[in-house]
Amino acid sequence: MPDVLTVLPELILALGAMGLLMIGVFNQDKSFGLLNWLASGLFLAAFITMIATSSGRVTAFGGLFITDDFALFMKTVILTGAIFALGLSGQYLRERGIARFEYPVLIVLAVLGMMMMVSANDLLSLYIGLELQSLSLYILAAFNRDKLRSSEAGLKYFVLGALSSGLMLYGISLIYGFSGSTSFEAIAAYGAGDGANAIGLIFGIVFLISGLAFKVSAVPFHMWTPDVYEGAPTPVTAFFGIAPKVAAMALFIRALIVPFPDLVDQWQQVVIALSVASMVLGAFAALMQTNIKRLMAYSSIAHMGYALTGLATGTIDGVQGVLVYMAIYMVMTAGTFALILSMRRKDGLTEDIADLAGLAKSRPALAAAMAILMFSMAGIPLLAGFFAKLYVFLAVVNAGLYWLAVVGFVTSTVGAVYYLRIVKLMYFDEPNETIEPLKDRGIATVGFVSAALNSPLHLVLIWPLTVAAGVAAQSLF
Amino acid sequence: MEIGLGHFLTVAAILFTLGIFGIFLNKKNVIIILMSIELMLLAVNINLVAFSSYLNDLTGQVFAMFVLTVAAAEAAIGLAILVVYFRNRGTIAVEQINQMQG
Repeated sequence: MPDVLTVLPELILALGAMGLLMIGVFNQDKSFGLLNWLASGLFLAAFITMIATSSGRVTAFGGLFITDDFALFMKTVILTGAIFALGLSGQYLRERGIARFEYPVLIVLAVLGMMMMVSANDLLSLYIGLELQSLSLYILAAFNRDKLRSSEAGLKYFVLGALSSGLMLYGISLIYGFSGSTSFEAIAAYGAGDGANAIGLIFGIVFLISGLAFKVSAVPFHMWTPDVYEGAPTPVTAFFGIAPKVAAMALFIRALIVPFPDLVDQWQQVVIALSVASMVLGAFAALMQTNIKRLMAYSSIAHMGYALTGLATGTIDGVQGVLVYMAIYMVMTAGTFALILSMRRKDGLTEDIADLAGLAKSRPALAAAMAILMFSMAGIPLLAGFFAKLYVFLAVVNAGLYWLAVVGFVTSTVGAVYYLRIVKLMYFDEPNETIEPLKDRGIATVGFVSAALNSPLHLVLIWPLTVAAGVAAQSLF
Repeated sequence: MEIGLGHFLTVAAILFTLGIFGIFLNKKNVIIILMSIELMLLAVNINLVAFSSYLNDLTGQVFAMFVLTVAAAEAAIGLAILVVYFRNRGTIAVEQINQMQG
């Protein structure tokens, strides 16, 4: 298969982004609505071409780029998440007067970067994809440029993001220097041979992991997450929670499993440390939050911790668990942010958790959807979030890391407290503010679709999802 | 004394550490942080070029070119965000970036 055909979905996004930019430049901000639809169309077109041209494991451009079942699975999740995020954006941005045409263009470019990351088969393409994604996200965080909080979020994200890229690059340079190549296969061959104990290579892996841990916001590289989540415009926060986390986790998996299969013992300890720290901090720090976006930040830190336990096993089952987890996490997060965007009082949107009080009386459907999502996030049995945790912890137990599974159980119990607090507020407290009815169809659709997918209805979908994740995980080993 | 790979790696490691400390210890000005980031990336470039020459392999030098390009783009975006922040806040002192406590 010619190289160009292999990267056709990425090509569609790249050229499409240029096209959108042209339309935007000539029609200015009044084309925002149109561009939003066109961007969703591009994601759909990329998805269809990806499915149509997929044919097992194909590498392109001298091994820099790879498409396999793993890439297919992750890209599907990312594209779906991006479409959700676009559906959430329109109303909020218009109300604040920041419905600029650059927004959909930046989203498309960020997604293009994510797809490059997921398909990276070489340290060089890994770096370029990651930077394309990060640079777009820095701008998106500061998108409400006349607001101090948004620009501060952008600035913090930029400084810490650049620091993490630097750490990762230093790791890459060491890995290249000691293994003599940037190609994942060549590094794996070196690790299997005389590189098994090369101290320089292990140093490089540790730096690489620190950079990647920053992108998935694992403790102790999580400092940016609460501030950026709080400061960025809410639809951008939703996008941050949905797509880049999934892409970064995909990159994390591929960049450890493919080039370093024989060094599992070395990187396993680091990943375990990251995941335990994330689970604990995510569970305890979220207890004190009053702003729901900050709460979601800590919740995402905890979720990344649970997902990383699966990666820490370094087995097919573990990776399969992570993939299932990320797919379910994406749907849960999209739905929760849709509901956050519909928390509207007379004087505008609210982010205060206390304003949810008595929601069940004023808006029962909204409260029910929120309750399902919160229960799912907490991992209550029969909801989707339970199966996400189940698969990961099962793999952890099978790998013999019993105490890691115990830490996971304990912290998810602690974490359940703050999810259940929201449910208690909605159903058992007296209302102090009425939440206005939903007006935006996009937000309502995403919110209720996601709640439905998390409710016990998902039992029909969980089998195909696990099978697909299993096939995807298989393709890495 | 011959200058070998080890010397280049040491210089790069020192520059890299200086860059990291520059980010964390500096309390005055965000511009200094941008310079520190640049220092880190240049340290990586020294590493890459030194390894490339040592291994007789061009990949490292190609990689260094890409890093330079991306660093330029990153600096442009960083300065743009900084200008936006300065318009809103009126200062770019690091201690003053505290609207949200994380």
